[in-house]
Amino acid sequence: MPTTKTERVDISQSDDVVRVRQLTRTYALEVGLSLVDQTKIVTASSELARNTLDYGGGGQVMLELLEQGGRRGVRLTFEDKGPGIADIEQALKDGFTSGKGMGLGLGGAKRLCNEFSIDSKPGEGTKVSIARWK
Amino acid sequence: MAGELNGEIAALVNRNEQIILPEWMELQKKAGTLHTGRISEGELQSESKNFLHLLRDALAKGGSDFAGAAYEPAKAMLSELSRSRAQQGFSPTETATFIFSLKQPLFNAVNRDKTFSAERIAAVIWGLTLLLDEIGLYTLEIFQKSREEVIVRQQREISELSTPVVKLWDGILALPLIGTLDSQRTQVVMENLLQTIVDVEAEIAIIDITGVPTVDTLTAQHLLKTVAAARLMGADCLISGIRPQIAQTMVHLGVELNVISKASLADAFAVALRQTGRAVMKVNRADKQTGLAGKAGGQGA
Amino acid sequence: MDRIPILKFGNALLVTIQVDMHDRLATALEEDLTGKIVSHNARGVLIDISALEIVDSFIGRMLDNIAAVSRILDADTVVVGMRPAVAITLVELGLSLTGVKTALNVERGMALIQDRLVESEAADADDED
Repeated sequence: MPTTKTERVDISQSDDVVRVRQLTRTYALEVGLSLVDQTKIVTASSELARNTLDYGGGGQVMLELLEQGGRRGVRLTFEDKGPGIADIEQALKDGFTSGKGMGLGLGGAKRLCNEFSIDSKPGEGTKVSIARWK
Repeated sequence: MAGELNGEIAALVNRNEQIILPEWMELQKKAGTLHTGRISEGELQSESKNFLHLLRDALAKGGSDFAGAAYEPAKAMLSELSRSRAQQGFSPTETATFIFSLKQPLFNAVNRDKTFSAERIAAVIWGLTLLLDEIGLYTLEIFQKSREEVIVRQQREISELSTPVVKLWDGILALPLIGTLDSQRTQVVMENLLQTIVDVEAEIAIIDITGVPTVDTLTAQHLLKTVAAARLMGADCLISGIRPQIAQTMVHLGVELNVISKASLADAFAVALRQTGRAVMKVNRADKQTGLAGKAGGQGA
Repeated sequence: MDRIPILKFGNALLVTIQVDMHDRLATALEEDLTGKIVSHNARGVLIDISALEIVDSFIGRMLDNIAAVSRILDADTVVVGMRPAVAITLVELGLSLTGVKTALNVERGMALIQDRLVESEAADADDED
């Protein structure tokens, strides 16, 4: 998928979560997403950045501005070398609503985006990718 | 593997370009692509030439694997082409003809080539058929998607125009919904309602669904999300216009509406007035007229 | 480190969140509020989030925590001024913030607190009869 702009951000402390939010907002604005769609992807980015930090022990995110077939979009790919997730299905179901679980908010982040994919194995870290198209 | 194309074919296309292109143009013209006048011969010529080169390059690098990276440039070009055809008002057939009419000229080139055995010719032609079919379908899909995008955009515009938020009283809004509620439309309507709630500082919003023919699970979910969002913002919602059939459907679907719902907008308005601490009183008309003061009952009581 | 200012507003406390908070700031706010509810004997906490463009699960949990803690300390928490885009996103995210009361603005939020105070005082008076 043609990427017209890309950058990577380190996520190693809580200030970085704010940085990721702000950068995602910039990308979302450039793509021309509606206010609600902007809010959705920025919130999702905050959730996943926080996961990367709290659960993954730190990592990085790659932001991409996409253009395909005349449509523009934003994609974020979060990567960490943390413990990984054993039961992805369960993680997608758990969340703040249950109050327990890992509170990863993955299910929520998924609902906020047009595209969502996750790659994770115990001991091998986690890679989560989300995208929002105009 | 039968049908496996490779760099050999790319070279063949290259060698025969000067014959393939005019043949292809002829077939497209015969099919009527230029009749409508929406595209000029020069434009068609350059599009065809461009695609032929991209196809040749893709064949050289990626064989017949349309899903592979070698075909990205060709796909991008076709995407653009398909979209612009859709916007210009071409029919799906006219658009797909661009690809399908390339078959004959390519087959002719293969048949003319003396270096191929009869077996190889058959295999190559089959391979080209499969490839061009795949490409043709891709072109149609993009065309379809573009058309759908136009429809979606138009629907959005209609939504914005056709669901006005109405002020019933200080702090009480009504949103009369008319027509089917699809995902896209509901989103627009929801955003509009919530923004109005903020703008006029409404306490209660009544969502009237009298004009909504069917309420399925998805629609009900959208309604509930709107109510939840309004509550998070500090306003409350009521739903009115629940016809008996809709109530039954929702029970059968297992939908739970944890929001006060009334059959009519009037009833909902009464509830809203109560909830915002207001009461409606009948004023005795007789009291207003001199000389008739004290007449019990009054007129039109 | 900056801390978010907490103002006394009648018998309530008013917090206006205007910055994109990082986690430490949010945690500090929770602590400060808890302390001030006690020291000022506040009966209500108003949290104005009208300037917030984003409320994620962390902030959501912070609001829930503040509401829970204040309840224990006999104060009501009202979150005011949530933006439509934020509300829509929170609903999609699945955060219902059930422990938190909400109002459109500070004025309404304050009225809500006062109403509930009157109600609970009337209930207490009934109990004593």
